[in-house]
Amino acid sequence: MLGQPALLISDYLIWSICLIGGISLAIGLRNPLQRQRWRMILSTPSAMASAIILLTYLAIALLDSVHFRPLLPQDEATTNGSIEANSEQPNSTVTYAASEISLLDLLLSNIRKAEERSYSAPLAIYAFSKESLVTAAGTTRAYPRLLYGGADLENPALHRSDIVNRTLTGLGLSLILVIPIFLLFRRRSRRSPTLSAGNQTPAWRTAFLTIAGLLIIGSVATQLADHYHLLGTEKVGQDVLYLGLKSIRTGVLIGALTLLIMLPLALVLGTAAGYFGGWIDDAVQYLYTTLSSIPGVLLIAAAVLSVNLYLDQNLSEVTSLHQRADLRLLLLTGILGLTGWIGLCRLLRAESLKLRELDYVTAARAFGVVDARILIRHLLPNLGHIVLITIVIDFSGLVLAEAVLSYVGVGVDPSMISWGNMINSARLELAREPLVWWSLATAFIFMFTLVLCANLFADAVRDAFDPRLRGKQ
Amino acid sequence: MTRYLLRRLLYAIPILLGVNLITFSLFFVVNTPDDMAYKHLGDKRVTVEMVDKWKKDHGYDRPLIYAADRGGFARFSDTLFAQHSLKLFLLDFGRADDGRSIGTDIRQRMGPSLAIAIPNLLVGLLVYITVSLTLTFFRGTYIDFNGVLIAVAMMSISAMFYIIAGQFLLGKLLHLAPISGYQHGIAGFRFLITPVLVGLIAGLGGSVRWYRTLFLEEIEKDYIRSARARGLGEAAVLWRHLLRNALIPILTGVVVVIPTLFMGSLITESFFSIPGLGSYTIDAIRAQDFAIVRAMVFLGSLLYIAGLMLTDLSYVMVDPRVRLE
Repeated sequence: MLGQPALLISDYLIWSICLIGGISLAIGLRNPLQRQRWRMILSTPSAMASAIILLTYLAIALLDSVHFRPLLPQDEATTNGSIEANSEQPNSTVTYAASEISLLDLLLSNIRKAEERSYSAPLAIYAFSKESLVTAAGTTRAYPRLLYGGADLENPALHRSDIVNRTLTGLGLSLILVIPIFLLFRRRSRRSPTLSAGNQTPAWRTAFLTIAGLLIIGSVATQLADHYHLLGTEKVGQDVLYLGLKSIRTGVLIGALTLLIMLPLALVLGTAAGYFGGWIDDAVQYLYTTLSSIPGVLLIAAAVLSVNLYLDQNLSEVTSLHQRADLRLLLLTGILGLTGWIGLCRLLRAESLKLRELDYVTAARAFGVVDARILIRHLLPNLGHIVLITIVIDFSGLVLAEAVLSYVGVGVDPSMISWGNMINSARLELAREPLVWWSLATAFIFMFTLVLCANLFADAVRDAFDPRLRGKQ
Repeated sequence: MTRYLLRRLLYAIPILLGVNLITFSLFFVVNTPDDMAYKHLGDKRVTVEMVDKWKKDHGYDRPLIYAADRGGFARFSDTLFAQHSLKLFLLDFGRADDGRSIGTDIRQRMGPSLAIAIPNLLVGLLVYITVSLTLTFFRGTYIDFNGVLIAVAMMSISAMFYIIAGQFLLGKLLHLAPISGYQHGIAGFRFLITPVLVGLIAGLGGSVRWYRTLFLEEIEKDYIRSARARGLGEAAVLWRHLLRNALIPILTGVVVVIPTLFMGSLITESFFSIPGLGSYTIDAIRAQDFAIVRAMVFLGSLLYIAGLMLTDLSYVMVDPRVRLE
């Protein structure tokens, strides 16, 4: 037993979103036309690579979404601020740490706990700024050795060769996995052309290259990150690689949760407005015209400000820092969802307006099928592609929005690790002399990869599911 | 057409009323004026008298929407809703928490916002159209393919990185322009270089991709084929015939944003410390000055509705087939 499970609300939500997504995908794939479309998406090399990278991000986010309170060793328990689980047996108590950590934290314990005093460059063994050192010869101003980065390296002169050695070890270890995968893919790609019709073969070559690339990067990074700060440390000495990895959950969560909230709203209001028309249509149109006339950031800012003030005044009893940040994140996604459903709602309204005039809907009505049944059986299945396309397009926009909102001051809780907060605290570092570039670069690379993959994947999904675009581009 | 516009104007009133109701309920019902007073007075040991005085000073000591103790019309006019929300319709924005007049502030800060936004729009339009027409010219080739790929990559970068990189490259590394700041008049030109350039590049990816799609939709039409049949060169076909027709959706897309240019851009102005309306809003959000945020929300939706009406008008002007009834 590692500790006491302490799942946050957002943990439950992200897992259930994955479950819902997986189930709807499985249902969709039972339809041969849908299967063919997904095959088409995966036959695009860029979409295949993006899908694999997106799944990797999702896996990291999910690992980071299993929180628990770790078991504390007996002697530490008395000194650290901890809560007691069995208070009736004071002598043999099982004690857990007061703050929850996730499975990802557990995997990254090495770099999570390796906190330096302040900035250090990537792979450095010396600190970034000079300090007064007391040696036998007296006090000198010099760059001190880092507490963790390359600490077991006796001879600083071997620094460079040590890095090379570790990189090579990482490369060698990754080959153990890459070669069997290569053989597996080669068999697969030889066999599949005969199985599938036309040129819709999934892009196995790209898939292999992407997975191999990820494995090699991962393996080299683990080798190096074990002994060094691979991407340096930031102002208060935290490992930048750790921050970058932890931000993945925040980014994915904001995208996914917001979509979860705006989807039912847009579906219900959009189809109702389009199908029933009349006063329902007028009311829905009035609602979304009013909401969309307010500039987006301002509406979000106004809502977040007033909700946060309300929280501050009325919810001081929320226990841990984590839970508080979690609550603010949920509220933020709620607000983003409430302001973000309009675009999808407009599309769905227009489409159901068109669909309700079609013969099969008229026929169903003539047979006396009730409205609710027509909506579910005949309208909803024909709106699926619009929903899917909008979801994948909106996701990347939401990840980008998080950074801007955090800068404005209405984003996630300042204590929460996110790309927005990383950029925000690092943006003045470029003015330093010498330059501190690694925090910004890390946030940039992690964010750029996610958004680029989401965009490329969205393009492929749109091409496959939007019949109007078929044949173009 | 006059009747159409009048109807649109009348339709704007319930929308603005709705906007008002939303901000009113966000700022007065979710948070009572008491909450605001406690927030601003800061301390937990605030006496009731201090709260009452703060509310009286800022005009928040009224009932929400109905004053039962007043007679006649004052029952409705002497309320928070009438005094703080309905007055916005008269463009009376009231006072900020520090006592300054919001209306005056807005008038003063409009200029710097426009100084950034207008060059950004015009230069952007010119560059985006040129680049996307060039891609259309090379459609189907590797130049087009790679161009679109670069556009998608550029779309995937947060605007904040463009700003930070622009400040670093132009300001710190090359010393071509000041990193941030603003100066009125012609001499302030050098302060505008970086923000306008950064805005241009930040919008490049998305706009080029969109414009290219618009151009490709037009290129299969009959008039293009007949122009080619008349022996016109490809460049003439694109620049003279295709551009004119494809400009209709582009221009109407631009017209919508023209009124909202006054609002400025939140992060650009804040990063470059330009004293425009964008940085005004961001400062108000950070200081939790609800009066300013409320005023900016109202102004923003007013300008957006104006933009929609202008769009309708511009349709009539550029496309003779469209009639407003």
